[in-house]
Amino acid sequence: MTNYLVQASNLHKNFGSVHAVNGVDLNVKSGEIYGLVGSDGAGKTTTMRLLVGALLPTQGEVSICGYDLQTHVELARSTIGYLSQRFSMYEDLTVLENIRFFAEIRGLSSSEWLPRSMEILEFVGLSNFKDRRAGQLSGGMKQKLGLASALVTRPRLLLLDEPTTGVDPVTRQDFWQLVIKLVSQSIPDSPPIFGENGGMPEGQGGGVSVIISTPYMDEASRCHRVGFMKAGKIIAEDTPSNLRARLNGRVLELRGNPINTLRHAAHQDQDVEDVAAFGDKLHVRIREGKSDLVIKRLSDQIKSVGATITELRVIPPALEDVFIALSESNHD
Amino acid sequence: MFNSRIFSIIRKEFLQIFRDPRTLAMIIIMPIMQLFLLGYAATTDVKNISMTVWDQSQTAQSRALLDAFRAADYFTLDYSVGSQEEYQKLIESGDTRVALVIPPDYDRRMIEGDAQVLMVLDGSDATVGATALSTARLVGQAYSTKILGEQALLSGRSKVPAAPVEVRTQVWYNPDLNSAFFNIPGVIGMILSFITSILTATTIVRERERGTIEQLIVTPIRSWELIAGKLLPYVILGFIETAEILLIGHWWFGVPIRGSGGLIVLTSGLFLMSSLGIGLFASTMANTQQEAMMTVMMFNLPMIFLSGFFFPIAAMPKFLQIVSYAIPLRYYLIIIRSLLIKGVGIVAIQSEVIALVVFGVVIMGAASLRFRKRLD
Repeated sequence: MTNYLVQASNLHKNFGSVHAVNGVDLNVKSGEIYGLVGSDGAGKTTTMRLLVGALLPTQGEVSICGYDLQTHVELARSTIGYLSQRFSMYEDLTVLENIRFFAEIRGLSSSEWLPRSMEILEFVGLSNFKDRRAGQLSGGMKQKLGLASALVTRPRLLLLDEPTTGVDPVTRQDFWQLVIKLVSQSIPDSPPIFGENGGMPEGQGGGVSVIISTPYMDEASRCHRVGFMKAGKIIAEDTPSNLRARLNGRVLELRGNPINTLRHAAHQDQDVEDVAAFGDKLHVRIREGKSDLVIKRLSDQIKSVGATITELRVIPPALEDVFIALSESNHD
Repeated sequence: MFNSRIFSIIRKEFLQIFRDPRTLAMIIIMPIMQLFLLGYAATTDVKNISMTVWDQSQTAQSRALLDAFRAADYFTLDYSVGSQEEYQKLIESGDTRVALVIPPDYDRRMIEGDAQVLMVLDGSDATVGATALSTARLVGQAYSTKILGEQALLSGRSKVPAAPVEVRTQVWYNPDLNSAFFNIPGVIGMILSFITSILTATTIVRERERGTIEQLIVTPIRSWELIAGKLLPYVILGFIETAEILLIGHWWFGVPIRGSGGLIVLTSGLFLMSSLGIGLFASTMANTQQEAMMTVMMFNLPMIFLSGFFFPIAAMPKFLQIVSYAIPLRYYLIIIRSLLIKGVGIVAIQSEVIALVVFGVVIMGAASLRFRKRLD
């Protein structure tokens, strides 16, 4: 029953009259990467902050690793590694000094912190920069430092709040490799996480869990499960493939010339819900079960206005299509 | 009680202080600057007041009166004029503060025993005005007494009648009434309350402003450990500053240190608790370092003025006197002046010490209760 590392029920957070989080239930298993997606202002950061106890919920309960946040907040926090959206290391301290500081105040002794810090700096690839002031790191390196500092105490739960926003694609890729490596290696207690032979200790079910919020769909698709937030609620939650399956047969890819005419024509069709541009092609979302009808009607229509079609077919929906569809959907 | 987490914060805090030249300058140079400014410039000893004379009499008697004024250090007879317009102009331009007008019939009336001279004062600077006024009266009185004595001698009376009442003065502790003795202990109090409260308020608010508080919040560190770790470096710095001012005050300005060193440390520590508490309290009300600074100023400025540092509390209206009881600097000023200048023991200052303890506990308690290890 308590296979869940994180259990949050009916979370609410009001800032004055604003309902930033409005009834969120969240359960995350051991070893799971849970993605929290949604547009800006959907309540992702507030949810994260509620989960780490940085904000007090207006209503609702959270337990982390079995510790109730209301009664055992410090115990719960000792199991958490948290990377906030805003860079929150000390810019005037060096990389190593930052890690040491956060390791020590999380209770690592002086004999423990150094080997472990070096191990983690190696892991995130910052060993060569250990004496550089944090303020002089690039954006991506700052995020890696944040991750390293969050990992130094070997948390069972890692909360990453938009860790890759504003980071270049290569570093984003790196960052994800780190997260995936973390989760696939099994976990804590005494054997080092990052060692070659980190075997699963007995009685310690599962690996590190990660809750990550992100505005990027390619990142969301790497998560085991994705919760889609809108207006303070999780309005859809499933595995990326199940989420995509919701739009099976409802996304057409349309290519041709001139693209504006194609777009206009698609918009005119009565069974088209939305048209989104993906580079030189259009994704046309249509009503359920109308694909054949729409393909026929649309190609006739486009030809009649003198435009050309190079491609018009049903494609497997991308998570982005689902994201857009959900963003536009009505909710209660 | 002392644990490694607190020590980690202290270490980090010192690292940051030493890497921030502005803070460092504020800690080391500001006390010295204030000390010299207040030790020299803020002296309330009024000397060498510029005086203009219109001597219409031009007699031996009038010159004797002028000599009497010259003899007192308080006046320098800078100008001699021949009309009211002339001295009026000098006073208006600020070139002179005081004008002494001796009437043409001065010598005749003096023999008759009712000589009068006119003293015109520039009252725009109340301190100088008041000193000039009282000194002029004293000089005049002393001179009259002397004349009376001489006249008595001349008229053949054997006994010189003395003034009916003579007040003999004895000034204890600071016989020269050197105002540095009074000001420098005050500077210690002022600096301790200003610098430590500003530094603590900004160091805590800086964590919030730069977002590092979010990372601190999610560590298992407890609120009191965070507060202790944040404040202790400034306790240490506060003591270093106290020593710095005391030693410079002692060696440079000759301020005596007559009381026991232990008592000075103890009472300064108690006072530090109050100003750190004010800083902590201000930090719970501010979101940016600027706001924190303003909040601390808001607390500190009235405190300085009502503490008895610049203006004697006894001269304040009753209402402000009552308010001043809630000001820790008031007690510390009494304590540190007594300890340094009078060299008293604990008994003489016990009620002030108790007041400091009470204030320190209350403000620290209130601030700690307000301090939340949360973002909202």
